[in-house]
Amino acid sequence: MAVTEHQRLSYIASQAADARLNVELQTEEMTINLGPQHPATHGTLRLVARLDGEQVVSADVICGYMHRGYEKLTEVRTFPQVTTLINRIDWLSSFANEVPFILAAEDLMEIEAPPRAQYIRTILFELSRIANVSLFIGEMGVQLGALTPVFFAFRDREYVLNLIEAATGGRFHPNYDRIGGVKDDLPKGWIAETRATMDRLRGYCDELEDLLMGNEIFEARTRGVGVIPAAVGLNYGLSGANIRASGIDWDLRRDEWSPLAWKDLDWKVWTHPDGDSFARYWVRLQETREATRMVDQMLDGLPAGPIQAKVPRIIKVPAGESWVHTENPLGEMGYYVVSQGGLGPFRCKIRPASFNNISIVPWLLKGVYVPDIITILASLYFILGDIDK
Amino acid sequence: MSRLSSTDTGAAAATEEPTAEDILRRNLLETFTAELGDAVVGSEILRRDLWIRVRPDAWKRAAQVARSLDFDYFCFLSGLDWLPHTWPNPKVEAMASPSGADEDDPAALPADDPEPEAAAEPVADGLRTGVAGGDTRFQVFARLYSVTRRSGVTFKADLDEDDPRVETWSDVYAGADWHERETWEMYGFRFDGHPNLIKLYLPGEFEGFPMRKDFPLLAREVKPWPGLVDVEPMPEGPSGPLSGSEQPAGNGAAAEETEEAGPERPPEREAQG
Repeated sequence: MAVTEHQRLSYIASQAADARLNVELQTEEMTINLGPQHPATHGTLRLVARLDGEQVVSADVICGYMHRGYEKLTEVRTFPQVTTLINRIDWLSSFANEVPFILAAEDLMEIEAPPRAQYIRTILFELSRIANVSLFIGEMGVQLGALTPVFFAFRDREYVLNLIEAATGGRFHPNYDRIGGVKDDLPKGWIAETRATMDRLRGYCDELEDLLMGNEIFEARTRGVGVIPAAVGLNYGLSGANIRASGIDWDLRRDEWSPLAWKDLDWKVWTHPDGDSFARYWVRLQETREATRMVDQMLDGLPAGPIQAKVPRIIKVPAGESWVHTENPLGEMGYYVVSQGGLGPFRCKIRPASFNNISIVPWLLKGVYVPDIITILASLYFILGDIDK
Repeated sequence: MSRLSSTDTGAAAATEEPTAEDILRRNLLETFTAELGDAVVGSEILRRDLWIRVRPDAWKRAAQVARSLDFDYFCFLSGLDWLPHTWPNPKVEAMASPSGADEDDPAALPADDPEPEAAAEPVADGLRTGVAGGDTRFQVFARLYSVTRRSGVTFKADLDEDDPRVETWSDVYAGADWHERETWEMYGFRFDGHPNLIKLYLPGEFEGFPMRKDFPLLAREVKPWPGLVDVEPMPEGPSGPLSGSEQPAGNGAAAEETEEAGPERPPEREAQG
């Protein structure tokens, strides 16, 4: 095959580059598609990146492959039916999705669940966080070529899922939170089992810290990569560990009023000043460990009593609007519920965390090198259902 | 490790009196009103939250003012359509009042509405708008939060029904970009000055604005919602599964919804751990 003039020139150019002759190279832009199917995208996110050599010129996120129209569907459901849908927004921490919606409905109805129900909710909320984030902790390794952590993650997350299943009946979609309380009380022996599991999960966190932190490759690939300055992050609406890794000391569990049990606990909000991929990983790792301690504290202080407040048999929510947001594993998740006194919400605006967290990607990927795309995407940690709703 | 910081929560989480928070919100509202002048057409402080309704032409200025007042965190932006809600499922509607009480009309307010101020007066064409009021069918609303003040504010603006448009926030809050794209495709609100107002979720050729109340939920049009499918007719006699609990008279089968929570549960199955 004849060598074209272009190929010949590009060969000479690459030779020149290799020889470090400081020649300004004429490169052609290339467009690559990442996804829609890619292990780093947790679903079907498509990324169209224009490259100049090894550098990203621009990156566009194309989502919507999995848009299920939950905001429209909630309008034709009754309030208790909505939890079945919103369960599936961030499917790795389903129970945590149910809580802010139920709290918004309770807020409008001006009822409050009994203390025991609030504690059970908070325990399961934190277990969801552990189940969700522990997967990230292992999975971040596999994006960098370290296979072992992800197996540890799937192994130890299973214990947490077993606990959630034992309490709620579902590993992934518990549908357990009710207006005015929770569906059932905790099963027999659950508390002892949970204590043992929390101990195991702390061991898992230590193990991962040993495996990855201080690992030369891990640090080289994550330190100083994908740096998000705090002001930019806030401007895009980044929340959760992503913004805490940029040094913003803000956690809704501590900073917002909530009927849940967080206010009774003694815990820390972890922040990191760097704002890079490493910081996001580090913060999540600390948060998982912190969550295991919070669960332990709640098990110690679990109050006795009823698990369900008195609610009418047919739940009608008085007219009004309520915005309730909680610190979900992926960041701030909130529901803006508008009721007009009917059986179902008149309008339910779902504000998932990943939607804003990923909207920074076009800004963040500008100028990074191709191998870092995956690291940065993984370190932002998103779930597609949480973007597409 | 010295660079890694963490903060104790104990002291910071000290519970403030809700009244003190309300005073903070009132001060905040006064600041906004002073800055925006007569552009503020409605406001409300309710249940730990602040709503401000501005004139649509002041929509962008509201964002700029908020930005200058340390509202640095962009939470969300979306739309509201106040066209009356129609239940597509008559069975659900029948379930609403099993005893035939005076609750037949889901749109009618119960007399003992605990939040009378939350339900605004019906406006001219029968729309019933929410907190902070509204004069037209469409509203754009957005929420901002201040990480330093630890409080948020919800802005609303009424939009023209025939030509709903408002200035973009995307150059004030970068995060508004995607939210405006979503609101545009779902509600058809135009955001003047938006750099890239293209569809976000929907395919490019999609027609119509699905989140509007007059856009039919196509799945339900094609196949009506089966409603309460898994409700079996209650067996007669005392040996039925409902024996002991109250058996609703009349349309009992419809009223017995599986999702529903019982009035009170037995206290606990497990001893204290």
